[in-house]
Amino acid sequence: MENILSIFVKSIFVDNMIFAYFFGMCSFLAVSKSVKTAMGLGIAVVFVLLITVPVNYLINEYLLLPGALTWISPDFANVDLGFLSLIVFIAVIAWIVQVVEMAVEKFTPTLYNQLGIFLPLIAVNCAVMGASLFMKEREYATLAEATTFGFGSGIGWLLAIISIAAIREKMKYSHVPKALRGLGITFILTGLMAIAFMSFSGIKL
Amino acid sequence: MSKSNPLFSAKSLKLFTEPLSEGNPVTVLVLGICSALAVTVKLEPAIVMGLSVTVVTGFASFIISMLRNTIPNRIRIIVQLVVVAALVIMVDEILKAYVYEVSKQLSVFVGLIITNCIIMGRIEAFALGNKPLPSLIDGLGNGAGYGLILVIVAFFRELLGSGTLFGIQVVPQSWYIANGGFYENNGLMILPPMALIVLGLIVWVHRGINKELIEK
Repeated sequence: MENILSIFVKSIFVDNMIFAYFFGMCSFLAVSKSVKTAMGLGIAVVFVLLITVPVNYLINEYLLLPGALTWISPDFANVDLGFLSLIVFIAVIAWIVQVVEMAVEKFTPTLYNQLGIFLPLIAVNCAVMGASLFMKEREYATLAEATTFGFGSGIGWLLAIISIAAIREKMKYSHVPKALRGLGITFILTGLMAIAFMSFSGIKL
Repeated sequence: MSKSNPLFSAKSLKLFTEPLSEGNPVTVLVLGICSALAVTVKLEPAIVMGLSVTVVTGFASFIISMLRNTIPNRIRIIVQLVVVAALVIMVDEILKAYVYEVSKQLSVFVGLIITNCIIMGRIEAFALGNKPLPSLIDGLGNGAGYGLILVIVAFFRELLGSGTLFGIQVVPQSWYIANGGFYENNGLMILPPMALIVLGLIVWVHRGINKELIEK
């Protein structure tokens, strides 16, 4: 339990997807113009991460790792399908995004209308793919740990996009040098926020 | 498009050079920043990453453009992802075989080329509506534009952060405070946030020169 809590806090603050690894920057920069849309995309990302990371964990554990296929037959003990992980992960993500989209449309049409175009776009959000790859690289021991990591990463991403969107809304009233307006100042702002987030890295959990 | 459009015409050249500056995928179109910034601490991984993305973008555009009339519109995203993923796996295996050290440094970022928006962006915006050869050139040009930004960022970060270029000491040893000099490496440059700030400054300079790119 302690371990789970530590993974959760760590994935939100210390290993924040945006400020530590710059994952999902494209949609982060494109959609952070207003808090409302940022919130919609953020929630969708949390949702998708919460499902894709555990599913990919199970696939990795029971299909792809060296010797993972022994549950079918002991003859497969030497089979290593690790090289397939990229293509399998992205297929799973694209598939789950599609399923989530249909489920949300059917059961909560209000949420579906709010998320709009963002749901399908998540399939190519690096934060989602990145979380699955990190899950594989860091070798989380149990399903619970992997799920917590996915959820925490999503929350961290949500936190980041909302805070930047709030700052950008205020920036409209500031006198930014002409050539820096828009993209340039957003890069610098994100950099400064990232420096602030680095202060979390000293925390031992 | 007429048939008499040779590969090395002025038009093809423009397809290749435009993404290097006024149509740059990173600083103007805001694509592909995700996987870019963490690999720019040193020049070597930045160049390897730039080359990998150039190869993948070029060939993905080429292949999708050849298939463009046969892919049903509704499932095109997944077809594109599969083509890109297959190319990235090949690049990944080649890097592991020949430059293992760099491949270790790049870690998950090679895999993230799949979700690099430049590739999907160029396929959607260009390759689906154009012939294979122009698509190939467009893809290569955009990959090169991306690589160019990576190399510029990496140049400043490695020079100011470690005092080296390609791992070779550039700042004279006698300058350092430890050796009785006046100079100290700027440790902040090695940390990830500085990549964003350097990139912000590049955008500033770039837009200062190309005034028509300034946002309202």
